Amino acid sequence: MKFAVIVFPGSNCDLDMYHAVKDELGEEADYVWHDSTDLSGYDGILLPGGFSYGDYLRCGAIAQSSPVMDEVKKAAEAGKPVLGICNGFQILTEAGILPGVLLRNKNLKFMCRTVTLKVENANTQFTNEYAEGQEIRIPIAHGEGNYYCDDATYEQLKKNNQIVFSYANDFNGSRNNIAGITNERGNVLGMMPHPERAVSDLIGGSDGLALFKSIVKQWREANVSHA
Amino acid sequence: MKKVKIYVTLRESVLDPQGSAVMGSLHKMGYGDVEDVRIGKYLELLISDDTRDIDAYVNEMCHKLLTNTVIEDYRFEIEEAVSQ
Repeated sequence: MKFAVIVFPGSNCDLDMYHAVKDELGEEADYVWHDSTDLSGYDGILLPGGFSYGDYLRCGAIAQSSPVMDEVKKAAEAGKPVLGICNGFQILTEAGILPGVLLRNKNLKFMCRTVTLKVENANTQFTNEYAEGQEIRIPIAHGEGNYYCDDATYEQLKKNNQIVFSYANDFNGSRNNIAGITNERGNVLGMMPHPERAVSDLIGGSDGLALFKSIVKQWREANVSHA
Repeated sequence: MKKVKIYVTLRESVLDPQGSAVMGSLHKMGYGDVEDVRIGKYLELLISDDTRDIDAYVNEMCHKLLTNTVIEDYRFEIEEAVSQ
């Protein structure tokens, strides 16, 4: 499976994402610059964390208007897996690919620690290697991870099982402790925590690896014929 | 040449932790009768083309980039400006 790691000016988790896919997962990956206008050669799209364009105006707002985002939209509409982590999640909401928005943490602090997440929906192409209700330990590092949406949107998210990860404890103010959501179709996931930083016990934990394995498993089942 | 002054504010339904922190400071400084603080943004655009429908033009830019209407409201004023 071949992944594109999209790189914006100010991305800083692109190397972690690349490492997770290439070295830990053993799949193919390329860095793709934000002005690219062709993602047709890739099976999966990864939007890494960081501070694209210095978080100017609103986090993700300027990256959202990059040429590559039209291609990301096309890939999402074509049903390819699209994963946005941290700033990548913020970009996906600003682009309107995922609903809601990420606000400043309620305590106004940048928080960097490992937290416990609950897998709310294990029946997605990002979580099929987890068990429903499983608790996993994943690092977070954000100042604007306070997920907000209006009541109608929240009801939709709940009804369609789009809430995939929640925080075991509230620390940033997110609505109903939401940590990660998919689009209605289920092929685009945005999440604030960093599974790509939890792919090896050597660096403090490997609970994030199953997320990447899930993507590959689903893709193999759909695209590789078994003899 | 037109000068457009855009005021962006958080919607009433959205909590403003920054505004709350500033209000807390004001209270500690003795300004106890301040009942609410909301922090927004102010943008100024200079637009050279005088022939277009400037209201529609500014609304389009606000929706596409300058504001996020999930959480923000905006209003704007248009003034005649002299090119520099």
